[in-house]
Amino acid sequence: MHAPIRGNASMNRTFRLLKRRLVGAIPVLLIVVIGSFLLLEAAPGDAVDAYVASVGGDAGMIEALRQGWGLDASPMTRLAAYLWALLHLDLGHSVAFSRPVRDVVLERLPNTLLLMGAATALSFALGTALGIVAGARPGSARDRALSIGSLALYAVPGFWLALVLTIVFSVELRWLPLSGMETIASGKVGFARALDVARHMVLPVTSLGLIYLALYLRMMRAGMAEVWRMDFTRAARARGIGRRRIVLSHVARNALLPLVTMLGLQSAQMLGGSVVIESVFSVPGLGRLAQEAVGSRDTPLLIGIILVSAALVIVINLLVDIAYAALDPRVGASEASA
Amino acid sequence: MSQAAATSAVSTDPSRRARLAEFWYYFSENRGAVIGLVFFIFLVLLAIFAPLIAPHDPTQQYRDAVLVPPVWQEGGRADFLLGTDAVGRDMLSRLIFGTQFSLFVGVIVTTLSLVVGVVFGVIAGYFRGWVDTAIMRVMDIILAFPSLLLALVLVAILGPGLVNAMIAISLVYQPHFVRLARAAVMSEKTRDYVVAAKVAGAGHARLMFKTILPNCMAPLIVQATLSFSSAILDAAALGFLGMGAQPPTPEWGTMLAEAREFIQSKWWVVTLPGVAILITVLAINLMGDGLRDALDPKLKRS
Repeated sequence: MHAPIRGNASMNRTFRLLKRRLVGAIPVLLIVVIGSFLLLEAAPGDAVDAYVASVGGDAGMIEALRQGWGLDASPMTRLAAYLWALLHLDLGHSVAFSRPVRDVVLERLPNTLLLMGAATALSFALGTALGIVAGARPGSARDRALSIGSLALYAVPGFWLALVLTIVFSVELRWLPLSGMETIASGKVGFARALDVARHMVLPVTSLGLIYLALYLRMMRAGMAEVWRMDFTRAARARGIGRRRIVLSHVARNALLPLVTMLGLQSAQMLGGSVVIESVFSVPGLGRLAQEAVGSRDTPLLIGIILVSAALVIVINLLVDIAYAALDPRVGASEASA
Repeated sequence: MSQAAATSAVSTDPSRRARLAEFWYYFSENRGAVIGLVFFIFLVLLAIFAPLIAPHDPTQQYRDAVLVPPVWQEGGRADFLLGTDAVGRDMLSRLIFGTQFSLFVGVIVTTLSLVVGVVFGVIAGYFRGWVDTAIMRVMDIILAFPSLLLALVLVAILGPGLVNAMIAISLVYQPHFVRLARAAVMSEKTRDYVVAAKVAGAGHARLMFKTILPNCMAPLIVQATLSFSSAILDAAALGFLGMGAQPPTPEWGTMLAEAREFIQSKWWVVTLPGVAILITVLAINLMGDGLRDALDPKLKRS
């Protein structure tokens, strides 16, 4: 009888949280855009300089290019024009790709999302599971071995792990493709293509996921060690509940909550980590696009990437907060009253 | 019981030596931390005496010894213990000189982000109000960014190079220190000893940095060791992307970027710089674990 009422209340709470956070996100994104615009404006050299340095040209051509790309107006005029265009979801024109920034970014974004999503799932699932194994008996041999292993994994540079995995699985064993997102011009469609992409993603996802796995393992283990000392676990033991059940439904469950918060915080880091991994495996994603944009001084493209990644981080954190509020009623209540 | 009594006796002893002894007692209980410390000292010595230890000049190119494998492999030469790279430079010497850059990056980034972060954090936590709101909003925005992406953008603005990479990384790390310092100051601010100092007529600056700050150092030191190792990793990643130290600097990440084309055949040019980064970061992290055990009273086993 009470269930529907409670469900309604929590829906309301989620909705209010959503509204408050989305309204709060607008000024943040605005500051990010204006800030990066002004910073990039202060940098010496512009897209025309980069273009002329690679192609060559005289002073007259430079002037013509500046005019053609709209770089001759004052910074403030251009900022205003940019913000006005942004209102219409127009991210400007990429000079390096000669295409609208929105199209270029939207074309690359799914690849990065796939890489990040799969790597996050891998690191969270495996990290938590191994963390439970380690935290089930703190101080045991298994716990110590896993702790040392995770510490070592935590110290591995991601791009180097990617290189080593490539040497082993692509060069020596020849099990997996060396780089790219899929076999070029293979003409595969449907399931065969999905399988091809999956084969190409194994190494990038593994290298990105393994780096962050250590973090979840360590957090889970530390959290469980703390929960073991609490009174309710002692009470559960006194009541004669089996050890396996105590570990899973009492200790691990209570230690899991902080990991959900970490998941949101780590998403930003993972977006950064994917820059390097995409570079190693030549995955055409957002990270490599950022590197290319930096190289060709493509300011509109770079601001577009910054804006999209900031929005991405905000959305992921929002999703995590909603999940958190659903898992922990105390948080939801305080969020709603705040 | 007796141990708890002994601990409390030690911690009430005000002398500096006793506190140091207590710190060492907890630190040395963690065997990994001691190993990390020993290895870290070894690295520091290696960096300081690099010109004396390294068998060759790190940028000297031996035309007759291009891509010589390590000495234990077929074709290896005794004068190049770990082999040579694509232009005939001695790997061992380059790795030894690489410690200088990595440790330098760690020290500068940690110091910069710690000092700036602590100043902002203490001010935010001490004054609260609009100052606090303004500082924390800016920090939230920095934190919302993928750190490596932000560093990449900053390097794009400042131009590639090790110094600019260090500035970019410090800026990215600083919010962590701001948050920690602010939280610690807020919890200390209402303590009796602070109120006593205030009543005695201490000014704001003295209250902030001489009365409160020394009591907030524990979490900051732990975070500093973490930043130290992350800075080494991030600087190497930027070097690998061509945005950090520029060739022919023997920086480990830059060395890896140069070695990428030999991934198919010459394992040592790809593997060795990575191993160097790995053990350096591991040693620092082990040390950090020990520091946390020794400094964080919550985790002390009494």
